[in-house]
Amino acid sequence: MSEHTPISPEITFVPAHAEDTKKIWRTFWLLSVLTIIELTIGLTIYNIHKEPVPNATLVLAFKGMVCILTLAKAYYIVSVFMHLGEEVRNLIMTIVVPLCLFVWFITAFLVDGNSWKELRNRYNRPADAPTEQVAPVKE
Amino acid sequence: MSTATAQQGTKWWSGGRSPFNATYGKVMMWYFLMSDAFTFGAFLISYGTLRFSQNFWVDPNKVFNSFPFAEGHNLPLAFVSLMTFILIFSSVTMVLAVHEGHNMNRKGVENYMILTIIGGAAFLSCQAWEWHHLLTGEHPVLVNGVIEHWNTTVSHNPFGPEVMFNGQLVHTPGPIAFGSYFFEITGFHGFHVFSGVIINIIMYIKTKLGHFDQRGHYEMIEKAGLYWHFVDLVWVFVFLCFYLV
Repeated sequence: MSEHTPISPEITFVPAHAEDTKKIWRTFWLLSVLTIIELTIGLTIYNIHKEPVPNATLVLAFKGMVCILTLAKAYYIVSVFMHLGEEVRNLIMTIVVPLCLFVWFITAFLVDGNSWKELRNRYNRPADAPTEQVAPVKE
Repeated sequence: MSTATAQQGTKWWSGGRSPFNATYGKVMMWYFLMSDAFTFGAFLISYGTLRFSQNFWVDPNKVFNSFPFAEGHNLPLAFVSLMTFILIFSSVTMVLAVHEGHNMNRKGVENYMILTIIGGAAFLSCQAWEWHHLLTGEHPVLVNGVIEHWNTTVSHNPFGPEVMFNGQLVHTPGPIAFGSYFFEITGFHGFHVFSGVIINIIMYIKTKLGHFDQRGHYEMIEKAGLYWHFVDLVWVFVFLCFYLV
């Protein structure tokens, strides 16, 4: 491996890059295995839905597991493939901290969507239902 | 020559050096990707909000169950897993190109860039096939008491709740938002893949012309790589939101 000259005078030190590609291939296999687990769970959910009465709790649990696996994949892509793990802490924090807004963003909007559904189910009547009572006409 | 780590007590913020130990271009690429993540996040969250507000949502296994040259077979998740693996693999070849760039190995960078470009083109072709399949594939759907045949577009789809009609189960029209969000978000992602492929082609040509050897470093490959990995990262979430759950 050749010696590095800093790309610009702003660079204080050149991070030591791995000499071999072992870590890259390990991450590739890890991502593949995580994807295969996700696909297995996806097919399990598909089979649960085929039952006459699907177990909603089980489906929700499996969906939660897929979400966690996806976050794990995202972590490995960003940290190893995008080399964010090798950057200095200052840079990592300016990227990761703003993304924490997503936690509230997702929670608030999904709760809002759910409440929208429940309000509609509670107050909406079928289109052909009478919306107001008409007083009988007196002679 | 460079040291492996910073000296103790380095004054990062007193000027003259990057507090992030990265060039301006790389830092700005990271910030661009972060803002792009918010764009995609907003799209996906608005899709989630609409989906949570519906009593019925389309079952992805009924929509995405075909494979090229095997139409008519029920193969849920098969084609999308192919697309996912294509994108993961092209991510690996990209990171290998960056690695060869660190070693100043021009031939290695060229080879891995070619593989990455092929991976990106293969992914785009898969997406084109999938869109074509949805836009032309017609399914029976019960509309106002009559069986019609509908394709899947931004304004309608035939994957609504099933009802009994003349003794057999038949779909009713599905939620409109399904098609609009699917084509919007996969289209926006596909556009990113497309621009990524263009960027990678430009990087390949610049490598071939020896521009990075003259410059003494392959940082442009790293920056293009950041963009390419971001595209893969977004696909991980699109895959989750549209195909798995």
